[in-house]
Amino acid sequence: MNRKRILGGLAKIAAAMALVAAGAAQAADTIKVGVLHSLSGTMAISETTLKDTVLMLIEEQNKRGGVLGKKLEAVVVDPASNWPLFAEKAEQLLVKDKVAVVFGCWTSVSRKSVLPVFEKNNGLLFYPVQYEGEESSRNVFYTGAAPNQQAIPAVDYLMNDVGVERWVLAGTDYVYPRTTNKILEAYLKAKGVKQEDIMINYTPFGHSDWQRIVSDIKKFGSAGKKTAVVSTINGDANVPFYKELGNQKISAEDIPVVAFSVGEEELSGIDTKPLVGHLAAWNYFMSVDTPANADFIKKWQTFIKNPKRVTNDPMEAHMIGFNMWVKAVEKAKTTDVDKVIDAMIGIEVPNLTGGVAKMLPNHHLTKPVLIGEVRADGQFDVVWQTDGLVAGDAWSDFLEGSKDIEADWVTLKCGNYNTKTKKCSGQNYE
Amino acid sequence: MPWLSPSPMTWFASKWRGQHFPRATSTIGIKRLTINKNYGERMVRLRVVRWMASFVLVIGALACTAAYASTHDGFAETVARLATTNFKTKGEVVDELAEMRHPNTRAVLNALLEGALYFRKADKHVFVVEKAGEGWALTDAVTMKAAGHGATSEFTKITTNNGLRKQLKGALASFALTDPDPDVRLAAVNEMMRTLDEDSAAILRKRIDEETDRAVRAAMLSGLALADLGSADADTRLAAINVLEGDLSPEVFNRLAALLERSSDGTYAEPDERVRTAAEAAVNSIKSKRSFYASIETLFFGLSLGSVLVLAAIGLAITFGVMGVINMAHGELMMLGAYTTYVIQLIMPKHIDASVLVAIPAAFLVSGTVGVLIERGVVRFLYGRPLETLLATFGVSLILQQVVRDVFTANNRPVEAPSWMSGSLQINDALSFTYNRLYVVLFMLIVFFVLHFVLKRTSLGLKVRAVSMNRPMAKAMGVRTEWVDALTFGLGSGIAGVAGVALSQLTNVGPNLGQSYIIDSFMVVVFGGVGNLWGTLIGGMSLGVVNQMLEPYAGAVLAKIFVLVALILFIQRRPRGLFPQKGRAAET
Repeated sequence: MNRKRILGGLAKIAAAMALVAAGAAQAADTIKVGVLHSLSGTMAISETTLKDTVLMLIEEQNKRGGVLGKKLEAVVVDPASNWPLFAEKAEQLLVKDKVAVVFGCWTSVSRKSVLPVFEKNNGLLFYPVQYEGEESSRNVFYTGAAPNQQAIPAVDYLMNDVGVERWVLAGTDYVYPRTTNKILEAYLKAKGVKQEDIMINYTPFGHSDWQRIVSDIKKFGSAGKKTAVVSTINGDANVPFYKELGNQKISAEDIPVVAFSVGEEELSGIDTKPLVGHLAAWNYFMSVDTPANADFIKKWQTFIKNPKRVTNDPMEAHMIGFNMWVKAVEKAKTTDVDKVIDAMIGIEVPNLTGGVAKMLPNHHLTKPVLIGEVRADGQFDVVWQTDGLVAGDAWSDFLEGSKDIEADWVTLKCGNYNTKTKKCSGQNYE
Repeated sequence: MPWLSPSPMTWFASKWRGQHFPRATSTIGIKRLTINKNYGERMVRLRVVRWMASFVLVIGALACTAAYASTHDGFAETVARLATTNFKTKGEVVDELAEMRHPNTRAVLNALLEGALYFRKADKHVFVVEKAGEGWALTDAVTMKAAGHGATSEFTKITTNNGLRKQLKGALASFALTDPDPDVRLAAVNEMMRTLDEDSAAILRKRIDEETDRAVRAAMLSGLALADLGSADADTRLAAINVLEGDLSPEVFNRLAALLERSSDGTYAEPDERVRTAAEAAVNSIKSKRSFYASIETLFFGLSLGSVLVLAAIGLAITFGVMGVINMAHGELMMLGAYTTYVIQLIMPKHIDASVLVAIPAAFLVSGTVGVLIERGVVRFLYGRPLETLLATFGVSLILQQVVRDVFTANNRPVEAPSWMSGSLQINDALSFTYNRLYVVLFMLIVFFVLHFVLKRTSLGLKVRAVSMNRPMAKAMGVRTEWVDALTFGLGSGIAGVAGVALSQLTNVGPNLGQSYIIDSFMVVVFGGVGNLWGTLIGGMSLGVVNQMLEPYAGAVLAKIFVLVALILFIQRRPRGLFPQKGRAAET
């Protein structure tokens, strides 16, 4: 099996080299698409999948005859989960390779690292992961969920449908959980939840000794009010956390945990028995029963040559982003970044859950919000979803200093326009 | 037509159940009438006499079955309403089914809880399904009789959510109260306590006189007392508080504490003075007991964290402490042990419970062999050059990580917990110990004492100590120091592998497992005193306990920082750790 993999890898390298050679020979006839995802290091697990997704989308588009009569050509670089390297590789893609568009980044810190590069060189980045918001750059399209498309609806569901009155906000100690929890805390207080009914807890990356925290959650949750945990715990640390919940006999029926970073891909590597019944909020689940989704899953599993591979939310985001870019290029009849950015606004592309994703003037999408319960097989049962589509809001309406800020690249031509001082700070990234 | 009007029994049943059912019964009655009318019209012309003759018989038969048929139809109607995606409707249906107490209620609810209840997309008929080859073997949910086979694509699952599952468990528990096994009955009573309302209290009240088992009776009594707290009679409430005295369950505490609450106009939730005093005494006694058990819990958490630290460090205490080799690949040797557990589970998937026990010697051999190879291949050329050793073993650690990535991929591997290691040991409602942590403490002690025995009581141990204290002298006495070096390094590495087996039960098994423990391991060994096994034990345990005592106040991130800062200050004052090595060896 391994030899097969190595041989396969060699074949891929050979093919890639052939492509590069061919590309150099007929550079004028192709449009270059940059792929900026970590293929090594800690984030490789998640990001490699996204690189493969983009390659699949490019292959398909080329089968349909490419874009504007030209074939697409992928330029894959490896920033190796190293945040400064992200900026270097982005510079390389934009300046040296002169790509028309880049699909990439996963963590917020990597996006923050490449942002000045894209703004300086007037590049175009599609960012496919759910994030903490508080940003809108002219050169970036955010195809993942903003907090109001994931965190807020999940809290609404718990409050209204499950009747939760006490809240544990547990997260890993870095920018995404901290910002999201700040927004959620402000939101909960606006809804009349008292300070004593909110418990906030941060743990280091890769935390594995959860006995104390889980025991505290158990005590916090046994005060007679329905309690839920809103988890922004990242990556590896989730498995020991859920295991400890199981061992201390906290079932999802008593204290449900709703997670924003646990999806099909993360569940595929672990023993899901202790997780059954816990919740996740996303804009897409692999288990959603639509023809478009069935088709996408089949294409993906054929492309990756593994009938057991799962699909997840950021993959759908890349699919939507890619199709939007193709449409915008065809509408603008050029790959010129400024013209494509203008053409992008208002573009509509069907998503995989039966709705339509529309690009808004603030560079965010309309998305459905789905809440799923973990099944024993690592998939999700959708137990709730929003009636319609939710428009992504770049600047949260629940944070001081952020609620007065608007992002609108059509009429205001600004990513952070202050409605009170009537000023655009001009610099959209400090 | 006599079968048009419902029989007295049906009427009674429908009145008891509420409005919905008479309507349902009568629609069915009308349907039956129209069918019979069409049938009749044809019949009258053809075989009047024969029809007349059987008329009496038919009426008789219908009158007899009417009672059964209509309850049956009520059940069928209700079950049919399960074919929906609306969780509210499903919840109502479950309540109605539970109240109906039809012979098949329990089976239907059970199937729903287990996710085996589906409805046919074509006609919304509900079935219990079981896998049979490619498709499904069907059982009619209403009659519980086999109903042939079907393809999976024709059916939609009737899903449950957390709220519904809780409701189902509560409903099913009331059926289990008559189970012959007292453990099942006890579990049922505890389940009903979670969703206690007047209906379930009434069921409990009915059962309690027939209950013979003492534990089950006690549980029922406290359940009923809890229900009695809401009684209008002050004496009943007082009696209930007396029953509940000493009960540590959170429900009891919350209910009692609620009695003492004051509303905004100064009146107490509990009007009666006597009841309030009794409740206050009970709440205070629960509070003091709780804080006592909480401190025991903290101690246990500290000891279990300490055990993990000691397990991770104890192999290093041999290679670094006794031999003086800074082995940066120590963490990777633990990782290999964890992956060995995973491979053993792949080999024996049917015996997960035993797999961990098999993995212990296997991991010792695997990591030990790799350790000997590292010693023979790298470390032995670098004795006395700590910086080069550090760099070389760091290189080895990167190689080992990459090998694992290539063989097992970069994704974490799922290692299952054996059943005897999951769950927790419930001392009482305020105190419980998780089994996996208990076993880790126990396992650490066994490893420690076995290692101690090997070093102090065996000929290998004697030679190891001799070589580490004075190499030239040991050599002069005829000890093959090279051979001893290799074996000592192998022993330390093997112990690291064994620690990896324990870690596989507590954390993620992935290529980075080792990295997250290497710093902690060195910390413990240095703190405890290099070259002293007891120092490692005491050092690890005290670091664990201090960390856990700080965590509730400082949080996990700060607690770790505090411990590190304290450790740095300690090492400044006592550079040789808690238990410094004495004698001539320590001077060199």
